[in-house]
Amino acid sequence: MTLFRNLASAFALTLAGLAAAPLTALAQTGPLHIVITDGVIDPLPFAVPDFVAENAAAAEHAANIARVIASDLSGTGLFAEIPAAAHISRVTSFDAPVSYPDWKAINAQALITGAVSASGDQIVVKFRLFDVFSGQQLGEGLQFAGTAQSWRRMAHKVADAAYSRITGEGGYFDSRVVFVAESGPKNQRAKRLGVMDYDGANVSYLTDSASIVLAPRFSPTGDRILFTSYASGFPQIYLMDAASLQTRSLDEQPGTMTFAPRFAPDGRTVVFSLERGGNTDIYTVDTETGALNQLTNAPSIETAPSFSPDGSRIVFESDRSGTQQLYIMAAGGGEAQRVSNGAGRYGTPVWSPRGDYIAFTKQNEGRFHIGVMLLNGQEERLLTASFLDEGPTWAPNGRVIMFTRETAGEGGQPALYSVDISGRNLRQVTTETPASDPAWSPLLP
Amino acid sequence: MSHVSTAVLLVAALALAACNNPDRYGTGGAGAGGIDSTGLGGANDPASVAYFNQTVGDRVLFAVDQSSLDDAARATLAGQARWLMTNGDYAVIIEGHADEQGTREYNLALGARRASAVQDFLISQGVAASRMRTVSYGKERPIEVCSVEACYSKNRRAVTVLSQGAGA
Repeated sequence: MTLFRNLASAFALTLAGLAAAPLTALAQTGPLHIVITDGVIDPLPFAVPDFVAENAAAAEHAANIARVIASDLSGTGLFAEIPAAAHISRVTSFDAPVSYPDWKAINAQALITGAVSASGDQIVVKFRLFDVFSGQQLGEGLQFAGTAQSWRRMAHKVADAAYSRITGEGGYFDSRVVFVAESGPKNQRAKRLGVMDYDGANVSYLTDSASIVLAPRFSPTGDRILFTSYASGFPQIYLMDAASLQTRSLDEQPGTMTFAPRFAPDGRTVVFSLERGGNTDIYTVDTETGALNQLTNAPSIETAPSFSPDGSRIVFESDRSGTQQLYIMAAGGGEAQRVSNGAGRYGTPVWSPRGDYIAFTKQNEGRFHIGVMLLNGQEERLLTASFLDEGPTWAPNGRVIMFTRETAGEGGQPALYSVDISGRNLRQVTTETPASDPAWSPLLP
Repeated sequence: MSHVSTAVLLVAALALAACNNPDRYGTGGAGAGGIDSTGLGGANDPASVAYFNQTVGDRVLFAVDQSSLDDAARATLAGQARWLMTNGDYAVIIEGHADEQGTREYNLALGARRASAVQDFLISQGVAASRMRTVSYGKERPIEVCSVEACYSKNRRAVTVLSQGAGA
C-alpha cells in the first residue's frame, strides 16, 4: 500500500493488483490507478468497444479510433485489451448509463466509451473513462475536434488521456518520431530522413537518398529538425523546417566536420560536435545570430552532447580517460564531472525530459546495451542487450525509450525498438524499411 | 601494353600463356588485385592512379579504437608521399573509416582522427597541406560486410583518394 509513495525511486512501470487490493482509500486520482514500481507485471484488463457513430459518415472512424486506442494502451504492456467478442454489453449510446455488472463479469477494470460524429471534413470525438469495479467515471469526459485526416491523432489523444489518468504519468501516444530510413547493401547503404507517428503510422520522407544523412533531432516544439548530412561531401549539420522542409547549413567552416547536433531547451541554441585537425570538441551555435561558443577544449573526443531539461547542464561523452565515458558540465562549459563508473564504454547520453535519468549506449564484452542511470551515475540499469543496440531517445513522458538495433553480418539490417525504463515491453516499431537513429518529438499540442 | 583492353588481354592470354601474368597488372597494396583498371591508367605506369592505388597502396589499417600508425602504415604512407611529391597535379581527400563496433558519433570522431593522422604524416614527409582534405565516414561505409574481425580489420582504414587538377 506504500507503493503510491514510491514513485521517485522506482524504475518499473507496473500495475497495482487492483482486483486484490482495496485501493479506494489511498489513491489520489481515483481508485483505478497504475503505479510505477517494481514487482507486479500483470497488465490491467480494459475494454474499448467500437465508438458510437453518431451519423453514418462517422462509422468507419468510430471503429478505427477504438482500434488505435486499444493498440496504444496494449502496446505499453501495462494494459491488456478484452476483445469485443467477450463483451456482454453493447454500447449503443454515448450518454446511456454504463452497465457495470456486465463489464465486471468479464473483468474489465477500465472501460473507455466514445462517440464520433462527422460533418464534411471535420470529425468530433468524445470519450469517457470508467473505473468498472468502483462504478465511477474517472475524470471528466472530453471532446476533440479536428479534420477527418487527423483521426489517428484524436485516437492517440484519447489514449493519452486514459493512460495519464490511470498511471498519473504524462502520455506519449500523440507524438512523432524522426528517423533515418535505410536501403541497399551494407557497404552502399542509402539513407534518407523519415518522420512518422510514434507507432510507425503516417510515414513521410523529408530528404532523398542522394547524400548520407544521420541522427535527426527535433526542436523542443517539434517545428524544426536538426541533422547531419554529407550533401557538401563532408559531414555538416543542417536545420530543416518540419513543415516547409526548407533546409539551411548551420556551420560552414571549411576544413571542419560538424555532427551530433541537439537543441537546447530554449529552441534557439544548438549544441554539437566540431572536428578540426582530427580533434573533436563541443560547441554551441546560436541559430539566429550564428555566434559560435566553444565549450570543451581537449585533445580527446568530446561528442554526443545533450542538455538537461532546465538548460543548465550538458551531458556528453568523452574518451579523455582513455575510453568513452559520460560527463556532465555546465551549459556554458568548464570543468566536467564524470558520471559513468561501470565496466565498459559509455556513449550517446540523453537526458530524460523529466530530468531524472540519463539514457545511454553501453559497450561491454562484445555486446551493446541501452541503459539508464541516475544523474550521479548510480542505479545503472541495462535495459537491452544485443549485437548492436545504440542511440536511445526518450518518449515525451520519460518512461519509454526508443533506439536502433542492428543485426550482424552481411545481411545485417537496422530496426527501431522501444523498451520501458523498467527493461520490460521490448518491442519492434513497425517501419516500411530498415530504420535507424530515431528521435522522439515532444507531445504534440 | 599499358592500355591493353580486357578482350585483347584475354586473347593474348589464350594465345600465349607466358603473357598471362597478373603481376604485370599490379597486385600490390590493398587495391582490387587482378581487376582491370581501365580509366585509371595502367597499373604499371608509375604516374597512374592505378599504380598509386595498387602498387603504392592507397590505404592504411588501424588497430581497434586506435589512430596511431604502425610500421606498415608508415611505409605505405612514405610511398604515398614520394608519389605525391612526384605527381604534383593531384589533390587528395583522405577518408577515415571505423568498423561497426562503436556508436555512430564516436566512430565519426575516430575516423576523423585516423584521417588526420595520415594527413599529418604526409605533411611531415613534405606533401603540401593545401593539397589535402580529410573526411570521416565513421562506420557508414564499410568495404567488408561480415561481422567478424577479418572484416573489421579491413574496415578500420584511412584511404587516400586522388583527384586530378585540384591540387595547389
